Amino acid sequence: MSGFPILSLMMAVPMAGAIACLFAGANQARWIALVATLVDLVLGVILWMNFDQSGTAAQWQFQEYAPIFGRFAWALGIDGIALLLIALTVFLMPICIGASWIAIEKRVPEYMAAFLFMEVLMIGVFTAQDLYLFYIMFEAGLIPMYLIIGIWGGADRIYASYKFFLYTLLGSVLMLIAMMWMVHEAGTTDIPTLMAYHFDPHIQTWLWLAFFASFAVKMPMWPVHTWLPDAHVQAPTAGSVILAGVLLKMGGYGFIRFSLPMFPEASAQLAPLVWGLSMVAVVYTSLVALVQSDMKKLIAYSSVAHMAIVTVGLFAFNQAGIEGAMMVMLGHGLVSGALFLCVGVIYDRLHTREISRYGGLSINMPKYAVLFMLFTMASVGLPGTSNFVGEFLSLMGIYQASSWVALVCTTGIILGAAYMLYLYRRIAYGEQKNADAAAMPDLSAREIWLLAPIAAAVLWMGVYPESFLAPMRSDIRALEARVASARPAGDSQIKMGAAVPAAEAAHHEEAPAHGEAH
Amino acid sequence: MIDSASLLAVLPELILTAGGLILMLIAAYGGDATARLVNWLSVLTLAIAGLALSTSLAHGPDAFDGLVRADAFSVFAKALIYGAGAAAILLAPRYFLVGGALRAEYPVLILFSSIGMGMMVSAGDLLTLYVGLEMQSLAAYVLASFMRQDERSSEAGLKYFVLGSLASGILLYGSALLYGFTGGTSFDGIAVALSDGVSKGELFGLVFVLAGLAFKISAVPFHMWTPDVYEGAPTPVTTFFASAPKVAAIGLTVRVAIEALGPAGLDWQQVVIFVALASILFGAVAAIGQTNIKRLMAYSSINNVGFALIGLATGTPAGAAATMSYMAIYVVMTIGGFACILQMRDAEGRPVETIASLAGLSRSRQGLAAALAIFMFSMAGIPPLFGFWAKFLVFDAAVAAGLTALAAFGIAMSVIGAFYYLKIIKTMYFDEPAAPYEARGGAVENIILTACAVVIVFGYFLNPVLDKASAAAAASLF
Repeated sequence: MSGFPILSLMMAVPMAGAIACLFAGANQARWIALVATLVDLVLGVILWMNFDQSGTAAQWQFQEYAPIFGRFAWALGIDGIALLLIALTVFLMPICIGASWIAIEKRVPEYMAAFLFMEVLMIGVFTAQDLYLFYIMFEAGLIPMYLIIGIWGGADRIYASYKFFLYTLLGSVLMLIAMMWMVHEAGTTDIPTLMAYHFDPHIQTWLWLAFFASFAVKMPMWPVHTWLPDAHVQAPTAGSVILAGVLLKMGGYGFIRFSLPMFPEASAQLAPLVWGLSMVAVVYTSLVALVQSDMKKLIAYSSVAHMAIVTVGLFAFNQAGIEGAMMVMLGHGLVSGALFLCVGVIYDRLHTREISRYGGLSINMPKYAVLFMLFTMASVGLPGTSNFVGEFLSLMGIYQASSWVALVCTTGIILGAAYMLYLYRRIAYGEQKNADAAAMPDLSAREIWLLAPIAAAVLWMGVYPESFLAPMRSDIRALEARVASARPAGDSQIKMGAAVPAAEAAHHEEAPAHGEAH
Repeated sequence: MIDSASLLAVLPELILTAGGLILMLIAAYGGDATARLVNWLSVLTLAIAGLALSTSLAHGPDAFDGLVRADAFSVFAKALIYGAGAAAILLAPRYFLVGGALRAEYPVLILFSSIGMGMMVSAGDLLTLYVGLEMQSLAAYVLASFMRQDERSSEAGLKYFVLGSLASGILLYGSALLYGFTGGTSFDGIAVALSDGVSKGELFGLVFVLAGLAFKISAVPFHMWTPDVYEGAPTPVTTFFASAPKVAAIGLTVRVAIEALGPAGLDWQQVVIFVALASILFGAVAAIGQTNIKRLMAYSSINNVGFALIGLATGTPAGAAATMSYMAIYVVMTIGGFACILQMRDAEGRPVETIASLAGLSRSRQGLAAALAIFMFSMAGIPPLFGFWAKFLVFDAAVAAGLTALAAFGIAMSVIGAFYYLKIIKTMYFDEPAAPYEARGGAVENIILTACAVVIVFGYFLNPVLDKASAAAAASLF
């Protein structure tokens, strides 16, 4: 495969599909979009199979370089982290198209074109190896998403689309200024080079904050998360899936790719800020989720809580934490996507997102109830499902850095169980108090085909996470080595070794900076 | 001293003068029946003048003992000016036909205005500057009131004339002060005189000259005429005002600031920074409440001038190159945008100007809506459209020159501007359809519109060319 521009091809296929959709009729556009996304899925599988994940492999693979834009280049390339996020993208896209097959009735060609264009940009974000190319891809995603929310969204869609657009734009523009500064300082736009460049620690703080403004909004972190519930609630089902599944991951990817390796000192210095915001997010948004009466809003708030687990994992500065953060991102991408699909399934039947309008669905929709149950449990982080692995690793990682943060964030698991089980109880259990809800038919074959692959992936990740940990292990090890010098001293001081009497083991608060092992 | 090299250096202006005079005779004797012919011949004249630019460059840079400059900078600006002028001529007939004012004088006036604009950007002396500016303005005053029977058009012309004269007076006063305190009118002479420190009198002259120029580029706080004139003038004329004279005035400002006032850089830098930020902020905030699309475009142009001036504020070659690149991209976006606005005609073909009438356009005229959306997103500076690159270049120059705070502030305010561009897209795509427009646009309009849209979407492939040309243009100033 070496030399073959597979990454460009993966962007060219949906781009061609998008253009073709604009000139096609409604039904043709559906098929074009489905075929284009499936082709991309196949290409994604080929990409993964050809990705060399042995420890000795080059960090950056499938590199392409064409300096055709003057100041910046068409430079692509992936490491294991990017590979997994690309895989997530191409996996979710055909499902999104399938979810819109019937639900979207008006202006289908434009809708499909917007989604395919979105796919191009998402792949572009994860493959870009040029700073400015990354920024262009990162920002351009606003256009199709603005249109998707604004044209095909719910009743309050215009407010939500503006809020989404302006919030994220304001977050990102400062990052651009920081990028310009970095390029003038380092004299290159090449991301791998910049990842190894040592910026002056005093300046790093400013650069870090500029990048943080962008990624924190995208992620989203408390208190700049307020655009997310609005955008989710108003977006069409597939829009919510892609928003929660992939777009939010761009924030986490940004932290992994830029903030941590490029500004390790600043990251260490400002880690307490991230921890603080994340702790608030976990507890506060979980409690907010508990009292929601709108299903999509509930899942949106749960996304904020889960993303906070990602940020604490990332800023734990150790392999377990960062691997865990990646696993939560992947797991959450699948699970929240699936949950939005589950909401979409019943929304298509009853056209309401009010939780109280449903009830006792396990009686008339048993297949639905089983799948919904699986994703609910995955969202809670039940062992054997994808989210357990990630949350466990993240919290283990952060425990080595700060036991207090670990303590507070772990409550998120309990609260998560509370709001998810409460949601499930109100929808699937109890009496069938609404006649129209009780008359809803069970999943159609199409809907099963949408949910079953996600269910399989969720279980796979939960039972055999090694498949997903292996590609990124050496990249995360490299990242850990990069930030090691700046790592803040942990307070837990875990030591591996001979069994120690319980009374002694309890007092290690004053021990020196680094634990021997972790 | 008149020599052949000097004459060849101003060959484009000579061609335009000869073409303009001949076409005026044709118009005078042939009457309005010749309007279409004169239109095409004017475009041809502009094209020939454009070809002659390379000749003028070969015989530059100084002509007539430094009164006129024929350097890479003037060539860059003139290419934009001629292109924009030609587009303004091509877009006009259909509009004037409906308004009953399809007259042959229109293209001729644009030719004369182009001569003035050419002189502005190649001025090497305060006198050439003033003559060029007035020549451009006089033609522009007439153009603004071209629809004589229309009250708004006449009002626009009068307003433009009164305020324009005031600005010319201010500029002339500043020039007189500079002349008095430096002892020369040539840019080089002024620069030499300023290099030993800036006296109070010179400072006054500098401020007055900049104020006069700020009026011409419609920068805050000298912008008040812009919305009224843009709204009142016939739409093709507005297209012209928003494109070619903007390039000329910005080009002139860059040249004066760097060639003549370069040694006083620190003094004018603060003025330019203030004007730039004020224009960005005011242009963005005031545009939000507009209901007339031409007024909105007027505020948008104020906003854009602010961004372009950020490049100048750096005072570096990279900054000057960024400003000129900005204008190049801005001209394409503006002409494309106006090519869409000109197609806003009701079912009987009468022009419509309210933003509300755009509602649901994406369903009745898909292509038109998509094109206008492209231009609006581009003006808002959203990648991957080319308008982003324009903003990128000026902010990059500012960061390179150490003006990081200015760049951060300016770019944050660009988000405010994004709001009103989004409003237009929202109206076209999200709202329920209003009364539909005329079913089809004119062929010429559509060609120009498509060409502009292609440049805006695929513009990044032009980067190497644009970088080289703008860098050469800027280098000829320093």
